[in-house]
Amino acid sequence: MCSLSKEKTTQVTVDADKLRSEIRDKSVKVLDIRKEDDYKQGHIPGAINLPLASLLADDSPEKVLQYAQSFGIGDETSVVVYDDTFGALASRVAWTLEYIGHKDVSLLDITYGTWKKLGLETSSETPSAVKTSHSLKLQPQILATSDYLVPAKEKGAILVDNRERLNFLEQHIPGAINIPYRMLASGQNILRPKDDLKRLMQNRNINADSEIITYCGSVGTLSGLGYYALKSLGMNNVKLYVRSFKEWKSLEKPIEKQNDANYWDLSAE
Amino acid sequence: MSNTSVSQSKPGNAPTHKVNWGRLEEAERFSELVKQYRQGKISRDDFRRFRLQHGAYGSRMTDDYSMIRLKLPAGEVYAEQLEKVADLSEQFSIGSAHVSTRQNFQLHWVALEDVSEVLRGLAEAGMTTREACGNSVRSIMCSPLAGVCPDEIFDPTPYAVAATKFLLRNPMCQSLPRKFKINFTCCEKHGMARMVDIGLIPQIVEINGKPQRGFKVFLGGGLGAQSFVGHQLEQFTSEDELLHTIVSVIRIFDRLGNRDNMARARMRYLVNEMGWEKFQNLVLKERAMLKMLLSILIKLEVDKTPDVLRKISISSEVPSVPQGFARWKKSNTFKQKQPGFSSVFLTLESGDVTATQLRAIAEMAREFTADGQIRNGFTQDMVFRWVRDEDLPRIYSKLLEVGLANPGALTMASVVGCSGTTSCNLALTNSHRLAKEVQRKFIELKIDEDDDLRNSTIKISGCPNSCGQHEIATIGFYGGGGRLGKDMYPLYTMSLGGRSDEDTTLGHSCTKVPAKRVIPTILKIVEIFKSEKKSGETLDLWIRRVIEGNGGPNIKSLETIKDLLKSVVSAPTKDQDEDFYADYGSDGSYHTKTGRGECAA
Repeated sequence: MCSLSKEKTTQVTVDADKLRSEIRDKSVKVLDIRKEDDYKQGHIPGAINLPLASLLADDSPEKVLQYAQSFGIGDETSVVVYDDTFGALASRVAWTLEYIGHKDVSLLDITYGTWKKLGLETSSETPSAVKTSHSLKLQPQILATSDYLVPAKEKGAILVDNRERLNFLEQHIPGAINIPYRMLASGQNILRPKDDLKRLMQNRNINADSEIITYCGSVGTLSGLGYYALKSLGMNNVKLYVRSFKEWKSLEKPIEKQNDANYWDLSAE
Repeated sequence: MSNTSVSQSKPGNAPTHKVNWGRLEEAERFSELVKQYRQGKISRDDFRRFRLQHGAYGSRMTDDYSMIRLKLPAGEVYAEQLEKVADLSEQFSIGSAHVSTRQNFQLHWVALEDVSEVLRGLAEAGMTTREACGNSVRSIMCSPLAGVCPDEIFDPTPYAVAATKFLLRNPMCQSLPRKFKINFTCCEKHGMARMVDIGLIPQIVEINGKPQRGFKVFLGGGLGAQSFVGHQLEQFTSEDELLHTIVSVIRIFDRLGNRDNMARARMRYLVNEMGWEKFQNLVLKERAMLKMLLSILIKLEVDKTPDVLRKISISSEVPSVPQGFARWKKSNTFKQKQPGFSSVFLTLESGDVTATQLRAIAEMAREFTADGQIRNGFTQDMVFRWVRDEDLPRIYSKLLEVGLANPGALTMASVVGCSGTTSCNLALTNSHRLAKEVQRKFIELKIDEDDDLRNSTIKISGCPNSCGQHEIATIGFYGGGGRLGKDMYPLYTMSLGGRSDEDTTLGHSCTKVPAKRVIPTILKIVEIFKSEKKSGETLDLWIRRVIEGNGGPNIKSLETIKDLLKSVVSAPTKDQDEDFYADYGSDGSYHTKTGRGECAA
């Protein structure tokens, strides 16, 4: 996995200015992960719509490969993904592309809502794409399965739950630590600056070489964002438990809970 | 990683915080000590002391999460600070913040590893948690109506701020026998001068023909497992002597307070055991000595420059009056001494407020208040001051949009409940949720509209300690456990007739009330009151009459009330009513479970 030859550095996030110039140069494919209706009302110029629900309907590698090829994404194509949901849906798609072996994929560092608020250009035209070919090289080292979790934990892997605090207290995978997805963002950016994130991880005694598995409630979106937050720090041994807590519960595996406290009653929601 | 930069320009000329209470290096040190603690390099007890000194409590049944208490001197908080608290509660807590009965925000269930980040964020916005817990001088309170109350002699706020400047991080306050509380009030009615270690009420007397500012100073009061009403030190304490007086009292407490028995360590016990006259003499002597020795060294720096009030632009359109406005205006607004201005009280539920609501409140403070700030109140509430009367319908509409327009703030419908089993180690019952349930029911029943009940209060604590201030409530409750056969159920002890104004009285214990019978019990008391009251008599005054043994033709004393409540409070068997045996917020069977007290460190 670790080759010394050509190591292309892919940025985890791309800022609006860089994306705009890449769009002008036509050197990038942009994916919009919002619902089709929202997309039709306006999107970043040139963006192709891939609603998360469509992907989740069948996220087998073969199907994902089909999507990529139909969008004109080749092995070397730069891809930038965005959404309007904290970057979590975009992260899930980016991870999926990474999993089938696409290396050059980044997240836009703001949501579409912020893009619009900044007054940046939008379009309602649907671009046409020329089909291309893409190879399939699965990257199992970024995927965690339910069977993998327990032995990995025993060997020292850190299990990170990216759901909100109250959900975590209520129930979680035994031994997991909680890094709520809200902690990862700052201001209008979907991820905090690197130094900030680094400090948060150091406070938790998480080191650059730790093995980390992220998970969330159901389909690996919030934990997808967690995955990329860690990747942005240059951590390379990060995995996404993509089927997450929903699967864990359905398998009736052990669950841990913060007992004897009525914390839900503190919420003013 | 480069970030898209977004400049966040805020509209208007909203003032920002004047005093920076925060210190970034304290956040850094906290982070360092958490690491050392996790590595076993410092003991649990040492770390705990440090943690409390920096405003972080342990949480119910776990030290891995903290309750972070801010220290907001005089309860003052600015719009930008509210937004910071909103962000931090979303990022590191549960997405809601809690307003305490001592004007502070609390953030619950923060991972110990993140406390330093919260301290960092607070410091960036000029706020601190330093000495918000632990054996220190806690946040100095000041009535939320200070400066606008028609009955006040002068605004005590600058004195509360100046005293904080002197005492915060002062070496003399770092290791007291126990916590120490100071309250300033505007007048006799709006504050708790007699229920605190040092209580201060502004006063002006004429000395040699010249008016001289000063205070009535009350010492040795306080609520707790054993409560006492404070004693007035002297007829008049001039403002020049204020700091000497405060320092003298703290020094005596530091020297003589009970360091062996934590349950008797608060200053009120010292005063009680020594006797008031002896204590009073000691304070006066100490002060005389201090004045001779330290007159040049200590001085209270009172910033008396008046706050700049902004011109609030009033829109020319006549607003339509939203539904419910009249009811809300009656129970949630207060006419200021300055003509044309009102203060607006927000009815929160047990002091809880979401991050989204906090941001909305910040926006409203910018838009509608001439001083651009918020004051947290004494009853888990928040207060806008300096709102133009013409703007009240507009601010009400905005509050409606974010679910903050409930009526009842200044009436019995607004109920205080401590955090109880939602986060506190000592709690026996879920007083927090119960207070919410009572409040919802009472607003539904429009109890806030009943002038007979308006000035009465309901306060609920989850254990015999008095964080919910039940002893100064007209109807107060503290939690415990009851048992029928082998089955346990949540049970409150009810006291009646407490108050915290110039006639400060502690409530008299009346009877025990199961948690699930608290609402019908209060309603039954109201029913008895209605049939026995004299014309124009309010509930609190009638209860005083009952306690004096003169409650009306049919009510001889509290014993009669107890008898009349018997059918309401009797316990059914578990087969008859299973819900009776579960506390609010739980579906399982009730059992009591407590850990070590955190405030007692």
